[in-house]
Amino acid sequence: MATEADGAGTGLVFHPMDQFIVKPLFGDGPVMWYTPTNATLWMMIALLCVVALFVLGTRGRAIIPTRVQSVAEVFYGFIYKMVEDVTGHDGVKYFPWIMTLFLFVFFSNMLALIPKAFAPTSQIAVTAVLGFGVFIAVTVIGFVKNGAAFLGMFWMKDAPLFLRPIIAVIEVISYFVRPVSHSIRLAGNITAGHAVVKVFAAFAGIAVIAPVSILAITAIYALEVLVAVIQAYVFTILTCVYLKDALHPAH
Amino acid sequence: MATETTAADAAHSAAEAGACVGANGSAIGMPQLCVDWMPNQVFWLVVTLVVIYFVLSRIALPRIGSVLAERQGTISNDLAAAEELKLRAVEAERAYNEALVQARANANKIVADAKAEIQKELDAALAKADADIAAKSAESEARIAEIRAGAMDAVTIVAKDTAKELVLALGGNADARAVTAAVSARLKG
Repeated sequence: MATEADGAGTGLVFHPMDQFIVKPLFGDGPVMWYTPTNATLWMMIALLCVVALFVLGTRGRAIIPTRVQSVAEVFYGFIYKMVEDVTGHDGVKYFPWIMTLFLFVFFSNMLALIPKAFAPTSQIAVTAVLGFGVFIAVTVIGFVKNGAAFLGMFWMKDAPLFLRPIIAVIEVISYFVRPVSHSIRLAGNITAGHAVVKVFAAFAGIAVIAPVSILAITAIYALEVLVAVIQAYVFTILTCVYLKDALHPAH
Repeated sequence: MATETTAADAAHSAAEAGACVGANGSAIGMPQLCVDWMPNQVFWLVVTLVVIYFVLSRIALPRIGSVLAERQGTISNDLAAAEELKLRAVEAERAYNEALVQARANANKIVADAKAEIQKELDAALAKADADIAAKSAESEARIAEIRAGAMDAVTIVAKDTAKELVLALGGNADARAVTAAVSARLKG
């Protein structure tokens, strides 16, 4: 990463965004759609973590679990309960998809906190695919399960008649904003945290400020650990909420 | 962009970095929004998600689900077994108490029986002893009566003899028959 000084100039040099540059892993060629890049690498590491935790960790199928297996069981129980509580019993069959989303976001967020790592979830391309994927899937499920009755979600039967069209317009707008907010929330949180850490790191170039800077980085890092977990949780629970709307459109 | 570099380098650099990375290797604007890299990221993201999905849905989640279900089953089986054992313990305690009461009753009965038997034997022995004592005392009385009769006879003889001797000593002429008659008369008297 080009976080060093630009050559000339003695002042502080900030390149907080350089950590988000996508680069080919091998050579300097162009980034084609199939090129293995640093994004590919960290997605694959996340994938390997999932495999290690959920396949290797549960290999024993022990009634009395090992430590790794009990961690996998905690993840399973946590997301399963969330899906069941939020979407109801008929949402349970989408549990593997929601688990996939959660684990990908969770491990991407956590692995991105390793110094020099790349954060796939900071990339709009990644979070937009996740967000719009959820949006399209939920909309399709809504129409398949409920037919035209799915549109009743936008038509408030409890509201006074003259307000209903206005509310319907607002509801439709908010429905279509969902994937945007869903994806930008995640990318924005991860981007902001990583960029802030980089900015504080750049301040460490001044010897007097360096201790403060390091303390600040430590504090922000702790906050980022929290954010990584919370954003994975928020992304997942919002997916469950949207899925609930699709399964039970009546308010 | 890299305007000072050679044409080849510029082409290379442009192809490599596109519109998102400057000539000095730094980001231009926000690289997260760079359109050039999106197909790459989308492709690898989809690959990753699909692999994670298949790993989870084919291997990991059914396995964990079955382990959890099995554990739940084991726990409820153990609880049921514990419940059953508890019932059996209560049952055993009840049976024990019953047996205790029974044994106590039996013991009382045995004691009563033994007492009755002993009493019976005692009664019999007492009766026998009484009978023996009665027989013995009857026998003794008979002997005493006999001895008493013998003593009376002896007294009669001694009295006759003494009377005869007295008559003789006094210088009389003792007629044996007269003395005997006189003594007998006196003895009856």
